[in-house]
Amino acid sequence: MTAQVEFRGLRRVFGKTVALDGFDLTIAPGEFVALLGPSGCGKTTALRCVAGFERPDSGAVLIDGSDITDMPANKRDAGMVFQSYSLFPNLNARDNVAFGLRVRKVPVATRRTKADELLELVGLPSHADRFPHQLSGGQQQRVALARALALEPRVLLLDEPLSALDAKVRVSLREEIRRLQLDLGITTIFVTHDQEEALSIADRVAVLRNGRLEQCGPPAEVYDRPATPFVAEFVGTMNHLAGHVSGDQVTVLGQLLPVDGEAPGTLEVDVLIRPEAVQVTPAPEGQAEVIAASFRGASVRLRVALSGGEVMADVPGHEAVRLVPGTRVTVHLVERPVLVAERTVTVPSPATEPADAV
Amino acid sequence: MAALTGLEPVTAPAPAPTRPRVWRGVVFLLAAAYFLIPLGASLWYTIYTPTAGVSFAAYGELLTAEGFGSSLLLSMSLAVATIVLVLLLTLPAMLAVRLSAPRLRPVMEVLCTLPLVVPPITFVAGLTTSLRTGTDVLAPTPFWATLIAVQNPAFPLVLVLAYVVLVLPFVYRSLDAGLRTMDVRTLVEAARNLGASWPHVLFRVIIPNLRSALASASFLTLALVLGEFTVARLLGYQPFAVWIVTISGSEGQLSVAVSILSLLLIWLLLLAVSTAFSGRKRK
Repeated sequence: MTAQVEFRGLRRVFGKTVALDGFDLTIAPGEFVALLGPSGCGKTTALRCVAGFERPDSGAVLIDGSDITDMPANKRDAGMVFQSYSLFPNLNARDNVAFGLRVRKVPVATRRTKADELLELVGLPSHADRFPHQLSGGQQQRVALARALALEPRVLLLDEPLSALDAKVRVSLREEIRRLQLDLGITTIFVTHDQEEALSIADRVAVLRNGRLEQCGPPAEVYDRPATPFVAEFVGTMNHLAGHVSGDQVTVLGQLLPVDGEAPGTLEVDVLIRPEAVQVTPAPEGQAEVIAASFRGASVRLRVALSGGEVMADVPGHEAVRLVPGTRVTVHLVERPVLVAERTVTVPSPATEPADAV
Repeated sequence: MAALTGLEPVTAPAPAPTRPRVWRGVVFLLAAAYFLIPLGASLWYTIYTPTAGVSFAAYGELLTAEGFGSSLLLSMSLAVATIVLVLLLTLPAMLAVRLSAPRLRPVMEVLCTLPLVVPPITFVAGLTTSLRTGTDVLAPTPFWATLIAVQNPAFPLVLVLAYVVLVLPFVYRSLDAGLRTMDVRTLVEAARNLGASWPHVLFRVIIPNLRSALASASFLTLALVLGEFTVARLLGYQPFAVWIVTISGSEGQLSVAVSILSLLLIWLLLLAVSTAFSGRKRK
């Protein structure tokens, strides 16, 4: 019941807005791919092209190699879960799940059994007789998921299904979606603007920008080795620090670090550093100073002022008491290959200062 | 719908002093008096005459009165035809505008509200003029030929068409309110995604969730058609409202009795519609 999905040169324009601009992506059978990007990047349009609610101006959507671009939405073999609660208000949970089976004229007894099985699968065995307005948001999305799976579709389409839920439900439900997807082995496309969500459940994360694919790869790769500065910025947080390239190494904050990947032609570059790769140690004679600290429980995000500008650092939560704003500190970067990009910052490079003075 | 779920019921504040209750009672009594006194007076007028005392003769006469049955029947059938036609026209149009041309919504709203600002007398004057000149100008067109072909003195189709225009604002408002309570696009897409054809979407998804809006649209149409006088009178037909006026000239008591009866009739219909609706919803 699983299938390969291929986007081939998809282009879609709404008036003056280009939603998709030559979008290419192939999703392997049984794979869970998250389409990630800022709002307006075309991720939902791409998904709706698979569901048949949107017709691309050019390009094609292929399922298992066959072109479905012109197939009406009700003939496609794709189950979809929507962002807003899309349950039929006049039907109870069981009838909602059985809706598709009823359309296909499956006998009452069979579709009842099937609906109850699916409700059990999504953890709502005792809610079959409830109406949508008697269910919480998370429960409604579970029923919607069961409904999308009832026809055993070859592709599961999830259009920001968790964005209307509160944080705790969101995390637990996304884990359940992933578990279910692995059990069923169904090809799944998950649209989200929440990078944490995408990174935590997908096999591969596809980052979109202005209707084009920026990068598609496993979560760790997208996070650690972003292919473009946009991906680096969008997925997680990045510090831009001025650096000076020498050979395949770069000097940044007085440290000499190996360069990861391609370096731009110029010598003066931006070095991209994750906040968690910045180590902050209290030191009375340190030249840097903590100017703000926001406590997040497990970690603390610090803003540290240096002679050359400002840097963000994530340190473990228990360090919060030692690193209150105003503390003098030293800053050290984790020794590992770093990404460099063309210079966009204008702050002077602090590279000439000795490392221990920073 | 969904937005209404999940909220903790708000606990009622401590009971306020009794003064607001007094005011509530006063307002209630005033409103009741406003409605009930004229009704009571009418009722008294129909059953009491200084010479004969209290008698229900007027109501007895009703059933045998010339034209009572036929005019009521005509009004009812006009109402049913109008309801069917106006719903067939507006519902698909409103859905189409919502789903595929949302920018046309203001245009549609203005068009549908327009009959409200045209006085019925102007409307019917225009209608008669076009009917008169239409014979010459439109005679060769198939449209006119069809109109002539379906003409039937016992069932004036022209009244149905006129009433459809007159009730358009009310029907539009009711359906619009109903469609606002649900996310039409998402529900339609969800149903399409589950393999439903367009008729299936309409009859199994949209209409069941629009039941109350359809009921109120139908009811407003019914009430308006039963009470409509100007257009029917000027076009020379005799549905119920026209018959009441005709008879009131000769038999005062009888006409008031008819008015009271028609009021009761409409109340009963309203009651029937609303109980049928709420009964199905509780299921």
